[in-house]
Amino acid sequence: MRFQDVISINDFRKEDIDYVLRVAERLEEELKKEGTLKYAKGKVLATLFFEPSTRTRLSFESAMHRLGGAVIGFAEASSTSVKKGESLMDTIRTVENYADVIVIRHPREGAARLAAEVARVPVINAGDGANQHPTQTLLDLYTIKKEFGKIDGLDIALLGDLKYGRTVHSLAKALSYYNVRLYFVAPKGLEMPRHIVEEISNKVEIVETSDLEAVIPKVDVLYVTRIQKERFPDPAEYNKIKGSYKVDLKVLEKAKDTLKVMHPLPRVDEIAYEVDNTKYSAYFRQVWSGIPVRMALLGILLGVIK
Amino acid sequence: MKELKVSAINKGTVIDHIPAGRGLKVLEILNLSGDNTILIAMNVRSGKLGRKDIIKVEGKILNEEEVNKIALIAPSATVNIIENWEVMEKRKVEIPDEIIGIIECANPNCITHYEEVTPKFKVLSKKPLKLKCHYCERTMEEDIVLKHLL
Repeated sequence: MRFQDVISINDFRKEDIDYVLRVAERLEEELKKEGTLKYAKGKVLATLFFEPSTRTRLSFESAMHRLGGAVIGFAEASSTSVKKGESLMDTIRTVENYADVIVIRHPREGAARLAAEVARVPVINAGDGANQHPTQTLLDLYTIKKEFGKIDGLDIALLGDLKYGRTVHSLAKALSYYNVRLYFVAPKGLEMPRHIVEEISNKVEIVETSDLEAVIPKVDVLYVTRIQKERFPDPAEYNKIKGSYKVDLKVLEKAKDTLKVMHPLPRVDEIAYEVDNTKYSAYFRQVWSGIPVRMALLGILLGVIK
Repeated sequence: MKELKVSAINKGTVIDHIPAGRGLKVLEILNLSGDNTILIAMNVRSGKLGRKDIIKVEGKILNEEEVNKIALIAPSATVNIIENWEVMEKRKVEIPDEIIGIIECANPNCITHYEEVTPKFKVLSKKPLKLKCHYCERTMEEDIVLKHLL
């Protein structure tokens, strides 16, 4: 990979993505055979979570432990010097003395880019406000590749809140590197932003619709997102929209046998629990994908995996 | 003989071909000190623009950063450096590929508003103007950019 940090999926070329996915695949195989690996023995990861995100933090920590490394860090800013008024730049300049790689989650957009500019050690963005969460996108791609053995040639639907969902924005951009057909399925008012559609429409075929039933029989992947209640100024508006999509067994009746349902989680009510134990559900395997993908990124940035 | 709308200057900078109505904005962003004599002509007839504004600043040669600032709001402007009543150098203003420190990010949640860091933008398009914040990746179009000049 040609860069030292992982800040934005926009920094990735297709060959970078493919490289990370290949390394992740290799590490997953090694993990199965050997259990905990030793690539990062003697290395320390600092997880700086200025806002809580339990699952992302645990996933990074688990990945580092499975690489044989150690983890330090904090899970919320209130227990740190930030509360005393310390700047992000000073926190980074301090922590880089304790760790070989830093993972940062911060409520302000651009915080990870700034941290990477300040730090002498590699920085991985684990979410900066509404901007980027590149490792989520990479694990989404890894899941698709694992489920189908490929990404090219698939029909992929992104469903739900496509307007505000940072996950689907990054995923759509990354998928545009591949030979796929994308369906953007959203209720009125929550459509994919025009600038993203325009940016990728010359690379992939895009179908924009609000009709989930019409799309279901055609797609290989149904990527469901939560409609975020907190985005709606009027609760009545949210209540009107929240019921618009619910992926349940009835909806899936018309699906291809091989359809995989994905979701970045947490879900609220957009996927019925009855789907969990069907052949369609891939969302918990998607959670697992975070481990090999984050192991790959940590290993590559630490220079212990080629 | 060509009639001069504003008097000539001995030494300094003449900013010509500013789109009519943007002269005052150019003055505002240049943030010139009280020591400079400034002459301004507004809504002057222009073969190139129809109508234009002209600013003459006595005793000051604009630096590159200042010229770049002008490019953002008056891309058609030309900057003439005057010495001994004559034009010594004629510069066409040009929007650079990267803009550093001239404007602030329009995104209120951008880290640049909270840390001591110089805002930096990549120019995605010069016409129409479209910038992308180096830090938060938010894009800004011309009308928003003009409201966020530092």
